[in-house]
Amino acid sequence: MSRLWRASPLTYLALVAAAGLSVFPIWWMFVVASRSSDAMGQLPPPMTPGGNLGANIARLFDNTDAYFLTGLINSTIVATTVTVSVVFFSSLAGFAFAKLRFRGRNALLLVIIATMMVPTQLGVIPLYLLMTQLEWNDRLPAVIVPVLVTGFGVFMMRQYAGQAVSDELIEAARMDGCGTARIWWHVVLPALRPAAAVLGLLTFMTTWNDFLWPYAVLNDPANPTVQLSLRALSDGYYQDMSQVFTGTAIATLPLLLVFVLFGRQIIGGIMEGAVKA
Amino acid sequence: MTVQLDARPPVAPAPPPPTGRFSRLDTRLSPYLYIAPFFLLFAVFGVYPLAYTFWVSLHDWDLLGTEHPFVGAENYTRLLADVDFWHALVNTLGIFVISTVPQLLAALWLANLLNRGLRARTGWRMAILVPNVTSTAAVAIVFGVIFGREFGMINWLLDLVGMDPIGWKSNRFASWVAISAMVDWRWTGYNALILLAAMQAIPRDLYESASIDGANRTRQFWSITVPLLKPTIIFCAIIATIGGLQLFTEPRLFHSGTNPIRGGPMRESQTLTMYMFENAFAPHYNFGYGSAVAWLLFALIAIVAAVNVLLLRRLGGRSGPDARKETPR
Repeated sequence: MSRLWRASPLTYLALVAAAGLSVFPIWWMFVVASRSSDAMGQLPPPMTPGGNLGANIARLFDNTDAYFLTGLINSTIVATTVTVSVVFFSSLAGFAFAKLRFRGRNALLLVIIATMMVPTQLGVIPLYLLMTQLEWNDRLPAVIVPVLVTGFGVFMMRQYAGQAVSDELIEAARMDGCGTARIWWHVVLPALRPAAAVLGLLTFMTTWNDFLWPYAVLNDPANPTVQLSLRALSDGYYQDMSQVFTGTAIATLPLLLVFVLFGRQIIGGIMEGAVKA
Repeated sequence: MTVQLDARPPVAPAPPPPTGRFSRLDTRLSPYLYIAPFFLLFAVFGVYPLAYTFWVSLHDWDLLGTEHPFVGAENYTRLLADVDFWHALVNTLGIFVISTVPQLLAALWLANLLNRGLRARTGWRMAILVPNVTSTAAVAIVFGVIFGREFGMINWLLDLVGMDPIGWKSNRFASWVAISAMVDWRWTGYNALILLAAMQAIPRDLYESASIDGANRTRQFWSITVPLLKPTIIFCAIIATIGGLQLFTEPRLFHSGTNPIRGGPMRESQTLTMYMFENAFAPHYNFGYGSAVAWLLFALIAIVAAVNVLLLRRLGGRSGPDARKETPR
């Protein structure tokens, strides 16, 4: 540490500027969300919170075009289900790739890495046709099932399992008569816990944020995810900006909460992934 | 868990490995069982749609039609003569370039700032990463207001320094700048952390010997840091390519009002993905034509990514084998 370059006051000044730019739009979102709709026409723009948040929230939930409460509930269901499933299946597959021997292992792993480069978004049209056949249009399975396990998750778990779980431990468990399933549950999963937590957080945030595919397949305005509620608010004929901003603030809040609580782990996950990749 | 298992005293010699029929089946089949969910899901919801997109693109296929006549390459030839398609292509590439270049430069600079002995290290890192974890849709709406013509904050600031207001949504280039600002706001901090991790893996003694040789800090940055970071920089560039060429949510929600899927009244900032949506879904519901757009977009991403890989081969060879052994702090 002592050999690191020292930070000059200029360094801190630049960092304060960068941090300010990063935080400002979020801060301002909460400012407008807490004021009456006149705030939008004021110059200079108001920079401190007002006392209107409660009234804005009430109007937002009364808004019959946005179905905001339904959106919040739907997004919670979708993001939670996807997160649990991705962590479960990715840790299973990651364990298999890192610690079990089987024919075709390397080739299949390469396939997984390749899938991470394929822009699957471009398949939205046939995916939409497929959902029509399954009669999942406008229903939550359409946005849950396709992402129940991801190539990114499998690869991340594989990388972590490779170094976090010792072969001796697995061998010992096998000698004691453990089948692979029990080895996964009793030996591998506990060791994977930190990486599984990061994967879970990233998955939750990505799923909560997803816009393109829900936008394509959930066309019933009465059954949106929260991001689609925001779209309905923003595209509305009459725009009441403090109400719209209240919506964006509430939709952002769970993400900020997760970030404040687990920011250190998320940053660690991103940075370690970068060095290993 | 680990400790418990290790602490188990080594009593009687370990029993022979189980050899029952079940356990042999277990070792042979379980791995496939464990990886099957991914491949199953990817086959149904990943590969099949991509291939099927191509099939659909060869047909005249719309939502209401009961028949989908085969038309061969007609969708593609029509598309290549379609002014709006080329317009969207130029928009996409334009936004991509003016967002990615400053983004990576700023990320490099930020990473260099963060790679010093700082107080409240985690605090700074969290502050620059927070844009990345907010809702994209929410941010697009907020930026749409900040860049508003009448009461937008940016035009107000311009007015303070005596400049004329800019039509951030009606001027084509200005709308590219505004959307790029949004993209950069979201991704600069993320890239900075990735670059920071790679910077910390550079062995310190390289810098020590350089300063003994009389190289100052700027010189060290350009002659040691940047060359050793090249693989990571290219990695960031590839990620930015895949994401940037598919840009959708930001430009879509930057615009509101009538037909926002067009990205402005004169398609000022309609990207290719938006153009695909406009044709495949509301208002046109022409799946065949939309699929052709999707495949050309896919081809474009492949080409740009291939260019990136070529760059990687040419520029990436100089990082030493020991350069990435240290774990980030």
